[in-house]
Amino acid sequence: MVFEYAPAPESRSVVDIAPSYGLFIDGEFTDAADGKVFKTVSPSTEEVLSEVAQAGAEDVDRAVKAARRAFEKWSALPGSERAKYLFRIARIIQERSRELAVLETLDNGKPIKETRDADLPLVAAHFFYYAGWADKLDHAGFGANPRPLGVAGQVIPWNFPLLMLAWKIAPALATGNTVVLKPAETTPLSALFFADICRQAGLPKGVVNILPGYGDTGAALVAHPDVNKVAFTGSTAVGKEIARTVAGTRKKLTLELGGKGANIVFDDAPIDQAVEGIVTGIFFNQGQVCCAGSRLLVQESIQDELLDSLKRRLSTLRLGDPLDKNTDIGAINSAEQLARITALAEQGEAEGAERWSPACELPASGYWFAPTLFTNVTQAHTIARDEIFGPVLSVLTFRTPDEAVAKANNTQYGLSAGIWTEKGSRILAVANKLRAGVIWSNTFNKFDPTSPFGGYKESGFGREGGRHGLEAYLDV
Amino acid sequence: MPTTAPTAHALSDVTASDSTLRRFLHGLPGVDAVGLEARAASLGTRSIKTTAKAYAIDLAISMVDLTTLEGADTPGKVRALGAKAVHPDPTDRTTPATAAVCVYPDMVAVAKEAVAGSGVKVASVATAFPAGRAALDVKLADVRDAVAAGADEIDMVIDRGAFLGGKYLKVYDEIVAVKEACGQSARLKVIFETGELSTYDNIRRASWLGMLAGADFIKTSTGKVAVNATPANTLLMLEAVRDFRAQTGVQVGVKPAGGIRTSKDAVKFLVLVNETAGEDWLDNHWFRFGASSLLNDLLMQRQKLATGRYSGPDYVTVD
Amino acid sequence: MSDARLSVFKTYKLYVGGKFPRSESGRVYEVTDSKGNWLANAPRSSRKDARDAVVAARKAFGGWSGATAYNRGQVLYRVAEMLEGRRDQFVREVADAEGLSKSKAAAVVDATVDRWVWYAGWTDKIAQVIGGANPVAGPFFNLSSPEPTGVVAVLAPQESSFLGLVSVLAPVIATGNTAVVIASEKSPLPALSLAEVLATSDVPGGVVNILSGRTAELAAPLAAHQDVNAIDLAGADEELAKELEIAAADNLKRVLRPQAVDYFEAPGTDRMTAFLETKTVWHPTGSLGASGSSY
Repeated sequence: MVFEYAPAPESRSVVDIAPSYGLFIDGEFTDAADGKVFKTVSPSTEEVLSEVAQAGAEDVDRAVKAARRAFEKWSALPGSERAKYLFRIARIIQERSRELAVLETLDNGKPIKETRDADLPLVAAHFFYYAGWADKLDHAGFGANPRPLGVAGQVIPWNFPLLMLAWKIAPALATGNTVVLKPAETTPLSALFFADICRQAGLPKGVVNILPGYGDTGAALVAHPDVNKVAFTGSTAVGKEIARTVAGTRKKLTLELGGKGANIVFDDAPIDQAVEGIVTGIFFNQGQVCCAGSRLLVQESIQDELLDSLKRRLSTLRLGDPLDKNTDIGAINSAEQLARITALAEQGEAEGAERWSPACELPASGYWFAPTLFTNVTQAHTIARDEIFGPVLSVLTFRTPDEAVAKANNTQYGLSAGIWTEKGSRILAVANKLRAGVIWSNTFNKFDPTSPFGGYKESGFGREGGRHGLEAYLDV
Repeated sequence: MPTTAPTAHALSDVTASDSTLRRFLHGLPGVDAVGLEARAASLGTRSIKTTAKAYAIDLAISMVDLTTLEGADTPGKVRALGAKAVHPDPTDRTTPATAAVCVYPDMVAVAKEAVAGSGVKVASVATAFPAGRAALDVKLADVRDAVAAGADEIDMVIDRGAFLGGKYLKVYDEIVAVKEACGQSARLKVIFETGELSTYDNIRRASWLGMLAGADFIKTSTGKVAVNATPANTLLMLEAVRDFRAQTGVQVGVKPAGGIRTSKDAVKFLVLVNETAGEDWLDNHWFRFGASSLLNDLLMQRQKLATGRYSGPDYVTVD
Repeated sequence: MSDARLSVFKTYKLYVGGKFPRSESGRVYEVTDSKGNWLANAPRSSRKDARDAVVAARKAFGGWSGATAYNRGQVLYRVAEMLEGRRDQFVREVADAEGLSKSKAAAVVDATVDRWVWYAGWTDKIAQVIGGANPVAGPFFNLSSPEPTGVVAVLAPQESSFLGLVSVLAPVIATGNTAVVIASEKSPLPALSLAEVLATSDVPGGVVNILSGRTAELAAPLAAHQDVNAIDLAGADEELAKELEIAAADNLKRVLRPQAVDYFEAPGTDRMTAFLETKTVWHPTGSLGASGSSY
């Protein structure tokens, strides 16, 4: 007999999405100066969720001016007072987490299981963590009385809209900066709800400004002469463009960019947990994760056994309605992203790699891509080198630890890696040799506000999270 | 004592000697405790509603080994239990019967009579349950006694002392001997007392050891120690039976026992079965719950689904 | 005694991969003292010399970054010892290069030796100061440690040809990076002489590579080089710094922008942290047993 799980949809009615939203500048929602708006859709249904004001250069200037005005008082507040604002925000996020989880799932397409169990708890935790730093900066290891930088211009991606906002805003405010933040054009809603949370928390006007818009909005923000700090999470190509823009200025820059993480499985790995780690590594958030373990490096001697287990496991993944509590794989965030994933997967096939997906019915509307595995992949394949940012795993093999390390490091990126072995000394030796900022041994895709996150090489520079994450927002 | 495996399969030679058995068991993939528990917890978040819940509750009822293992057990108590196993909910005859009643050997005959003709099996804990600390002859006599009285299933305990002391072949030989004593008529459930084996690596090794020795079921616990069935140790054993079948073609059942008291818990275990071993195990021939109080909670949930009202303890029988 | 003896001039050479080659270009340029008197001909390195230096630095990186911190400290301290022994030579060269009195030049050289000693002592402490365990909310041991970023191009300060040079070079290699240094354009001789000290101080070949020549000409290929991980722009003016920072974006080099520094002041740790990556490793801590603490 078959155990069919009945639909278990989370209630959509817990969130009330307005038909239109303005920009959030100086504590008020306002139209764009040129009146431009854009639509944000639910990627799982293509339904229009709301119409959002689109910030232009004039709005950027208004927002930066508001942030500059607010900076004087905000930075002069005792740290203990700033801390209390952040604690308030953290608590309100906890109170409203169900609403925000549903909202994020609607706007992003990711499963409610993830927004409920990963995104939202981490968002609240991040604000709690940095709240506590606000009055302890003298003890953070940057000398006495470290000063904030001023106005931070922050540009975030669509893969973890509210979590990336938390990673940006929490440390910036704790250290006494004010911010102008641009959410991604496909996922502006949770940032706008966050603006409302700032109002509920009584945060002074102008300390947080939210400017929905496209790439040109972000470019205008980054280039604005009165911005002191630029923080960007997104693609390596845009990151390089931003690095060029701020060249020759005094703007402090941190970049969290792409990756092509290697997940290395040795022959003495705890196989069942490794399989889970591989699945989490590449299918968490539909693989739209910069630190995804998108390259599986498996020791040749266990390749068949591991791939059999992995394929069997993939067959149990449940793809579909992101609001269903039992959904493991949700929708791809946008038509553009789907097209990119599709093109790269086709290129993988064209270059001779072997493609496999579990039997999997894709919904008729929305943007969907089945979990996909490529075997017979070599370092020379495009799918082993380019970041796909989708649920596509490239499987490569190795024979010795040296070869594993060499292949893992053979990329322009250096964000994440995984190591699976029951031998403790091998974990330490391999972790030591990997050129990546975050290494998970016998686990994958774990995040915590106390744990610094960021890359080597073209995965960017600077760290977010932990004591290290303060540095990006201090004049040190 | 001869050490021939009861079934000839690809792994028959690993039990040829103490050292081959040890090498085999120690060569099994390790278990990362954090990862295992995280997977079990993650499957525990499945939301089983409406029709799926109704299916799961009936399935769970049909998988219960309704158990009484008290020093104070009497024929009257066992008869009442048998009646309950056959008709768990006297107000609703569509309620499935449980899989079995589980009693001490001296109560097998009474139990057999109580469930006669119903299809409900009688299981008996033998081998000096729960400690297992008796001479092999005594344990085998215990088993033969229960089988002779008509037990359909024997729940034996392994010698944990021998296992923890690394005397794997001794444990193996004992299971083989008990299996032989079960004859053709009784299926053998091998209890590891996972709470005493302590580590997940040990539980995986014990699972394979039991299956190599001919266990029809592998079972977590006696219910008599502090930690009994957990989602994690049951998940681990489900992985073991899945892998054993893949290697040998032999299917072995799993029985978590002790500590599963609510419908919600039972449904979580069924999710573990469904997404680990797969639907072939979603049948009381291959999966059981060793439990006593669980049944009433399942019945109350079943009434709630049928009527839309929450039920109460006065609407299910206390047996 | 008569001073009729003709002194022996030194041929100044580059320092690449532990060897002292002439510039591949065969070019030299005149180096004069502050009054315009000829001091020597220095090699005018080409972009090919820069390329060779990067290859040498990359080759040396594995060994140097993999050496124990204690070992690196010993090697750097040895550099200070060797410098002390050549104190008179450096006082003379710094005085000539920077137009300083003997006593002022001596103060510069003493400060430079002391700076080596300071950084030598940092090698096995920086990880403790800027790394550490992170108390994550889960059954994981989580540790952040600093690691060298790789090959660092260093544009040595133009004015402070010796103290400034060491103040920017020592922090780069103390933490395990390897360096390609462009010496002060106008006053390259102390840097080229420092190479002789490094070559005799157990510093493995390729860890420090020193080029003399036109800063702008050499910095451009280094800033654009895809196998250079970071660049210290101390010796660049504003316009050049901007150009180089733009070029450095091609592979997202870590860039330390030029800033006003009094090299006599005690430095902080920021010249070390500028060229360090933070690596964070997660390890499950497991439980003591299936019946243990995790339930």
